[in-house]
Amino acid sequence: AVCAVSGTAFLYHDYCVIGAGPAGLQAAYFLQQAGRDYIVFERSHAPGSFFALYPRHRKLISINKQYTGKSNSEFNLRHDWNSLLSHDRRLLFRRYSHDFFPHADTMVRYLEDFASLLELRVQYNTAIIHVTLERNGQAWNGHYFLLTDQDRKSYKCSSLLVATGTWVPNVVNFPGSEYVEGYETVSVNPGDFAGQTVLILGRGNSAFETAENILGVTNFIHMVSRSRVRLSWATHYVGDLRAINNGLLDTYQLKSLDGLLEGDLEDLAIVKDKKGKLHITLRFYLENRNISAGIDSITLPQDELDNFATRAPYDRVIRCLGWKFDFSIYNRSLRMMPGKGNIKKYPQIKPSYESRGTRGLFVLGTASHSVDFRKSAGGFIHGFRYTTRAVHRLLENRHHGVPWPSTAYPVTQLTNSIIKRVNEASGLYQMFSVLADIILLRENATAFEYLEEYPIGVLAELETQTGRKAPHGLFVVIMEYGRNFSGADKDVFYYNRAVGEAQHAWQSNFLHPVIYYYKRLPTEREMRLRPPEWPLPRPDAIHHIVEDFLTDWTAPNAHILPLRRFLENCLSTDLRSFFAESCFLFAFTRQKLPPFCQQGYMRMQGLMGSEGLRRHAVQAGLLQDYILTDFSGDRLPDSHDRSRDQLLRDQVIPVRPLQHLVNAKDE
Amino acid sequence: MSTPRDRWISCSVFLLFCASSIPRPGIAGLRQEPSPQRYFSGLEAGRASLAFFTPHVSAGAQPFLEQIESSAEALQDYGISVVKVNCPKGDVSRYCGKENALRKAYLFRGNILIREFPTDALFDVNSIVANVLFALLFNEVKYIETLADLQNTESVLKGKSNMVFAYVPATGTAEHRAVMEAAFVYGTIHQFVLTTEAALLKATGSDDPDGSSAWLLFCHCQRATDPAQPCRRTALAQPLTLLNIHRHLKLMGAPLVTEVAEDPEKVSTVHLQLGLPLVFILSQRETYEADRRTAEFVAWQLLGKAGVALLSRDLVDLNVLHQSNVALKTPEEGMPIQYLVLEDTDEIITLVEDKNKVKQIQEDEEKEEEEEDEDEKENNNQDIQDDQVVEAVSRDKKRELPLEHVLVLTEETFRSSLSEAARTVVLFYASWEAVSLAVLRSYSEVADHLKGTPGVLLSRVNCWDWPGICTQENVTQFPTIKIYGKGEKSMTYDGMWGTEEIISFIMLSRVSCPLKLATMGEAEGYLRGEFPPELSSHHHTSLLGVFSAATSEAREAFEEAGNILSGHVMTGMYFEDDDLALSRKYSVSPPALLLARSGRRSVEGISLPKQSVQDVVQMIRYELLDVFPEITVQNLPQYLQLAKPFLILFSDGDISQMESKEMLKLAKGTPQQAFVACWLNLKKTPVGYGILRTYFAAVPSLPVLVWVNLQAGGQVFQFPPEQSITEVNILSWLEKLQAGLEIPSCTLSEEDWKPPLPAYDFLRMMETAVPELPPHTSHHPGDMPAPHPPESPGGDTAIQEEPSQESMAGKAGSPGRDLRGTAPRLAAKEKQGRRHSEL
Repeated sequence: AVCAVSGTAFLYHDYCVIGAGPAGLQAAYFLQQAGRDYIVFERSHAPGSFFALYPRHRKLISINKQYTGKSNSEFNLRHDWNSLLSHDRRLLFRRYSHDFFPHADTMVRYLEDFASLLELRVQYNTAIIHVTLERNGQAWNGHYFLLTDQDRKSYKCSSLLVATGTWVPNVVNFPGSEYVEGYETVSVNPGDFAGQTVLILGRGNSAFETAENILGVTNFIHMVSRSRVRLSWATHYVGDLRAINNGLLDTYQLKSLDGLLEGDLEDLAIVKDKKGKLHITLRFYLENRNISAGIDSITLPQDELDNFATRAPYDRVIRCLGWKFDFSIYNRSLRMMPGKGNIKKYPQIKPSYESRGTRGLFVLGTASHSVDFRKSAGGFIHGFRYTTRAVHRLLENRHHGVPWPSTAYPVTQLTNSIIKRVNEASGLYQMFSVLADIILLRENATAFEYLEEYPIGVLAELETQTGRKAPHGLFVVIMEYGRNFSGADKDVFYYNRAVGEAQHAWQSNFLHPVIYYYKRLPTEREMRLRPPEWPLPRPDAIHHIVEDFLTDWTAPNAHILPLRRFLENCLSTDLRSFFAESCFLFAFTRQKLPPFCQQGYMRMQGLMGSEGLRRHAVQAGLLQDYILTDFSGDRLPDSHDRSRDQLLRDQVIPVRPLQHLVNAKDE
Repeated sequence: MSTPRDRWISCSVFLLFCASSIPRPGIAGLRQEPSPQRYFSGLEAGRASLAFFTPHVSAGAQPFLEQIESSAEALQDYGISVVKVNCPKGDVSRYCGKENALRKAYLFRGNILIREFPTDALFDVNSIVANVLFALLFNEVKYIETLADLQNTESVLKGKSNMVFAYVPATGTAEHRAVMEAAFVYGTIHQFVLTTEAALLKATGSDDPDGSSAWLLFCHCQRATDPAQPCRRTALAQPLTLLNIHRHLKLMGAPLVTEVAEDPEKVSTVHLQLGLPLVFILSQRETYEADRRTAEFVAWQLLGKAGVALLSRDLVDLNVLHQSNVALKTPEEGMPIQYLVLEDTDEIITLVEDKNKVKQIQEDEEKEEEEEDEDEKENNNQDIQDDQVVEAVSRDKKRELPLEHVLVLTEETFRSSLSEAARTVVLFYASWEAVSLAVLRSYSEVADHLKGTPGVLLSRVNCWDWPGICTQENVTQFPTIKIYGKGEKSMTYDGMWGTEEIISFIMLSRVSCPLKLATMGEAEGYLRGEFPPELSSHHHTSLLGVFSAATSEAREAFEEAGNILSGHVMTGMYFEDDDLALSRKYSVSPPALLLARSGRRSVEGISLPKQSVQDVVQMIRYELLDVFPEITVQNLPQYLQLAKPFLILFSDGDISQMESKEMLKLAKGTPQQAFVACWLNLKKTPVGYGILRTYFAAVPSLPVLVWVNLQAGGQVFQFPPEQSITEVNILSWLEKLQAGLEIPSCTLSEEDWKPPLPAYDFLRMMETAVPELPPHTSHHPGDMPAPHPPESPGGDTAIQEEPSQESMAGKAGSPGRDLRGTAPRLAAKEKQGRRHSEL
């Protein structure tokens, strides 16, 4: 679509997506499936340009599990951190690589296939260099987005999806920083480091990956950064240092010359001596000094403190400080602001992934990680493939009147639908404590609607964001780690770290399902004032399903039974299942029926049960066996003899009260 | 006592406590000496002390030292001090110099060495106390090895003092310690004799064959005068503990028969104080001597079990029957004294022994009950499965289902399998879901029944394995059965989840519905029950829609209705030409329905007015209902949908022809059929007994006719049993009933189905443990869910600590991933009858 406004020709699309990386392509897929008018702009000639260069040593640290012992495709996505979501089963990453940690080139190839097989509309070689707004009352959001590419070509869109990732390398400026090599250009050939002494700035996966590569050929490697090392298995955050890269920690702690230091990089200075060796000093010593006077005039820390840790000169200093979002292309009117503190590399967005500054601008993918930085997986493919779908669903509702997809069930399926999801859902699992399944109760709690993977940060806005109503209360199903379990300095291997009994489930440490019950939707104020470390405000009732070693929450007594009791008590009803015979008895002896009989037996879909099962139920004392009684009558030949009836009456076997079945309600 | 030295010692002890960062509470009685010289110079004559010498450096390193330290307190009670003597470096004196001396402990009395103990004799506190006392009480406790030794000792003691004979399986045990401790107290009064020889055990009359348990006898040698006779013996019936021995010796020391001359209510003896009953032999002056002998005889019998007192009735004014000869006073407070008339002494003994037994049993039971109560309180049975279907399936899970005739479909094979057979039946289920597993059991029976049926393939899809297929096939509930025909829309089964019902549905659904009949002959044959070969076994009501050229709209509705009812009802369709021969034959005008009920020759004709599809379905369903049906578990829902009161004849077996005829008349004669007249065969539907019991508490004489207002009010009325079941009688009863002249037998409970048991209140637990969780900021403070989570206690939450790792580790039954001790834990769970899958 081309429209001419004030002399400039604009190409118009409802949706513009910037970036054809995993998040951009994932968004494109959903837009295409929904039949929306969209375009993806990619500055490179192919998708996934970040992966074409990074990681420099080409080993992805996202797992690609070939086997899980299960065929459940949704479950298997829990252990596939590379695939994007699509209906096409060819586009599963395990078909591309057999490596547990695949090669980055495979990712590039995968993304190319994803774009081409699904025929996604990507305009390559188009670098958007400027984005501005055009006010217009008719527009979806009161303005259009005007995009300009490197050839001064302009595009106009109603909604802008930014999936540019974080690709601008972080640099620090200090005296001598010109001697520092960047991760993006440093040699990846270990031979180039033979016999050298190396200092690495930074303590993330790229820093350790770089160290790992040259560990065997260097004299020693020192790593310096402001904060302590955060091991991902202690923090349960995949962005922290992964064990696959942490060979240097091993050699450090075994005193094999390599080492880790903590210090503020801003205070550093590097001076080069005549032999080309790099010396670490402090910025403090350089102030008010003439650097040109040469190295001899500069104070080194070891001059005053002769055991200064980094007194040995280095051959190379490598900067591996990560990347940040490219804020430069946005006009001031878009108010794309960096976050505060440790999320300053990301733009400020709401929990709905919409920009805080501009309505209609959504940030997807890695750049949207401020929502769950250092918590969940929103900055990684296996997490943002789900948040991208969530954003798409929000947009479908907002702009196209398509409410959030939901399935309606009778209340008898309540326990089942939760058990099904917590056992297989990948979105809940990867995006734990961020995406939640929402169960909206219908009147009188006889039925409910099930919404999958809604961002809980905007729970208060549920009705407007999804187009579904929640007047009768709701359940929120999420997954959580134990509150005090994860942390850089936590011992995650202590004895009795795992809870085994359902009654202590709330103390579970490993990822486990938690169900919150609210009698009404929490307000925004309640969301704001929620307790620290709580993903949600105080519920009316809460249930934890006890952590499970196999993450298999289908045990009838340890998992399903306590969940059923919780649901029953929230809804004040009886959610047990009954054989048709029991329903028959209830139909004649009680004016009301339990939901299972009401929704099954009464609709001529009663559970007859096999004879064997009936016997088991009788043995368990949960079903009365009347055949025994019948038998006593059988022995008497004439069935119409009145005196016989007297006999029968005497032979009636006393009723053992069906404690759990009938009398329980009196308690 | 030299004061300066004492000060020095306390000073050094003080230093020790300062030096050691972990002061141990159990070593209060342990003394420290800096050197052997110091120790020996400080020994007091006559005072016993147990010393061990340790080199300066490795103090406390040897494990036995810990045991010695902890026994210090126990030994202190017997005036024995335990001293740790530090050997200065280079000391080559007797106790410090030798390497092996350091592995010994030395017992001194004053500064005389009494014994040296190798450390392996001092393995725990019991062995230390036992062995030390044994050494010190060398004279008081005689160790013997043969029966002759025992007899010698006995004869020496006769007429002088009593003897306590103890057998312990080994020295150094807890029993040995108990005997030694008792000897420490009673050693001067009685002669103690100890043995570890099992042969002696047998010789003294124990019935313990392997000599594994300790045994103690009190030998009454003081009274023994006849040198030829052995002393009388009284065995200790309880386990050998210090308390039991003490109690036993106290009882043996009490006078055999107490003579009393006061009100038995006021009498108290050592027996009563020790919790044993006291037997009074009521005596009179005339029989006093005989009574005294009786009392002594009884007392010997009851020695250790009860006390015996001789009460002279002449001296006390007793307000009891003259012929009473025995009284029993029990130690319980406030229990009245029992006065009895007994024939012989055996009765007294039985009386006492039974009383003790009853008491023992009661105590045991009480203990058990208490334990049970505690269990109940703890978890309220919340973790016991109370869902009959789930429990039944769990109990059946070990049995392998015969599913060889059911094809397992996967994502790969699903599509291709559907094209293999003419009809593919697919059960969609979830392997973790109890209801669908219950249906899978019926389904396996269906498969077994239908094996070999041409054109029908039974298969299943586990939605837990293949969620993709289930979503794609729009299966949102478990279980779901769908029938796929080649090139047709799939059919979803909507009937009862029972073997017969599913079989019948599959069979019926094989023919197209409605079946199009081309000729009049075919139509008439159809009404006679001449069906396509697939339905040869079908013998239910069949329906025929008759249409003419002018009735295409009605025909379409009928066709659609036939589709909907496919599998449940056999429908046919005949398109008439202008002469309307069939219509005329059954005197209907098209569009019309002809019903051929199974087992009946007649064909009913019903006109089919222009109606919506749903109305036609409803109408057909209604027409299929019987006038006077036998109500069963399977068919009740159909009749309940009529929303009418029920008039049910409960019968044990078939009903008589007479009753059947009368009831049928009644049912047919009632205008608009204001109620459902039916009968229930208790033989076929035994659960009917449960209904009758609810109505009448006990099963009344059968047959019984009952009127139940299921929909309105729930009153249940019983037809007067004395009247015979005839149309007239019933009608007049019903009239009275409508007029409110009858009293209902019962009214059905109106109660809602509430949660059977409470849930775990995790919110409360979290509030207690996590102080940061603020109280609810709800706008409706009173509007809380059923299990009211109490507000966090105002203000003082801060003092409640978060559960530390230790407290979690200590919590019973939170085993975590620690596999150690799994077997005993599992065993313990078994005992509780709880089931948990995770270790």
